[in-house]
Amino acid sequence: MSTVTIADWPQDVFRSLKSHDVRQIAYVPDAGHARLIELARADNAMRAVVLSSEQEGVAQLAGAWLGGQRGALLMQSSGVGNCINMLSLPAHCRMPLLMLVTMRGHHGEFNPWQVPMGQATRSVLQAMGALTFEVDEPAKVGETVNAAARMAFEGQALAAVLLSQRLIGAKTFGR
Amino acid sequence: MSDVLQAGRSRAYPLPRREVAKALLAGRGEALVVAGLGATNWDISAVGDRADNFPLWGAMGGAAMLGLGLALAQPGRRVLVLTGDGDLLMGLGSLATIATQRPDNLALVAIDNESYAETGMQATATAGVVDLPGIARAAGFATVDSAVDEAGLARVLPLVHGGAGPVFIAIKVRLESLPLVMPPKDGAYLKDRFRLALLGPGAVAA
Repeated sequence: MSTVTIADWPQDVFRSLKSHDVRQIAYVPDAGHARLIELARADNAMRAVVLSSEQEGVAQLAGAWLGGQRGALLMQSSGVGNCINMLSLPAHCRMPLLMLVTMRGHHGEFNPWQVPMGQATRSVLQAMGALTFEVDEPAKVGETVNAAARMAFEGQALAAVLLSQRLIGAKTFGR
Repeated sequence: MSDVLQAGRSRAYPLPRREVAKALLAGRGEALVVAGLGATNWDISAVGDRADNFPLWGAMGGAAMLGLGLALAQPGRRVLVLTGDGDLLMGLGSLATIATQRPDNLALVAIDNESYAETGMQATATAGVVDLPGIARAAGFATVDSAVDEAGLARVLPLVHGGAGPVFIAIKVRLESLPLVMPPKDGAYLKDRFRLALLGPGAVAA
């Protein structure tokens, strides 16, 4: 893993989530989220929940909101497809849902099986009424997550930050 | 080759679901109650619609995980999820997720009529060989039991309300057609009503 290209944006994301009092982190791992997951798991004020499938996190965070806590759902773009119908729950109930999505299927993707869902991710989210925020510069990740979190929690909206493969680097499996 | 479903087997089960819901909710105390879409929604609403109920009208497969998020946010309150076999089967992976978090205040109750009752009584996988409490036990739930009759129901009630969580209780109920008893269906209203009751006026303030 190259620390030069990764920079410190996961730390910026973590700081932003803390500043918005996010207490539940639901995730299906992605390499791009690895550091953020570690930070969340090490924080005593956060509960990091590993999911079997991404739509579980949509329902979990609806329950968290009912109980007075804020959350964030971490997944890769393939996981967005698993969430589609469950997004009806926060959309209809007007509950906030902050999603941080690491993109696959773009920008030199090594694995063509990731391309269909990766290319459809933004459209699918928008079709379900989510606000989308795309970011591909490390220095802008923190402020973008901040903006999305504010619109989610203040506006009881679905908000997804799409973290470009340019931030993470295309997975090559060593090739 | 045919499948192993025994459609209609549950017509002979002794426990009527509305009586089961009444018995489960009679001892709820301060518990927050979530019901899965369809029949369990109508069941808890037949007992009495109230602000600290969250009856789902959709989100199939999500009732148990909604209960987990609520239980983690409110560790001092018992959270009781009543849901059907169809809803649980759609989200079986969530049993692994919940067992991994080990919420000691969460109880899941499967009201199992072995059928998709809202869509024409088609058999679910529990009408064959699938053993929901067996799956919950293997996933690692702290307390697991099941009931098929009055004696079983009497045995599991204290586990629902006081067993070490996460609790999974499966109750086999009779397949029957019942009048629909509907709570309000505007989810935004149900949400605000629930949050006001639980968190006070600050929950909906600017």
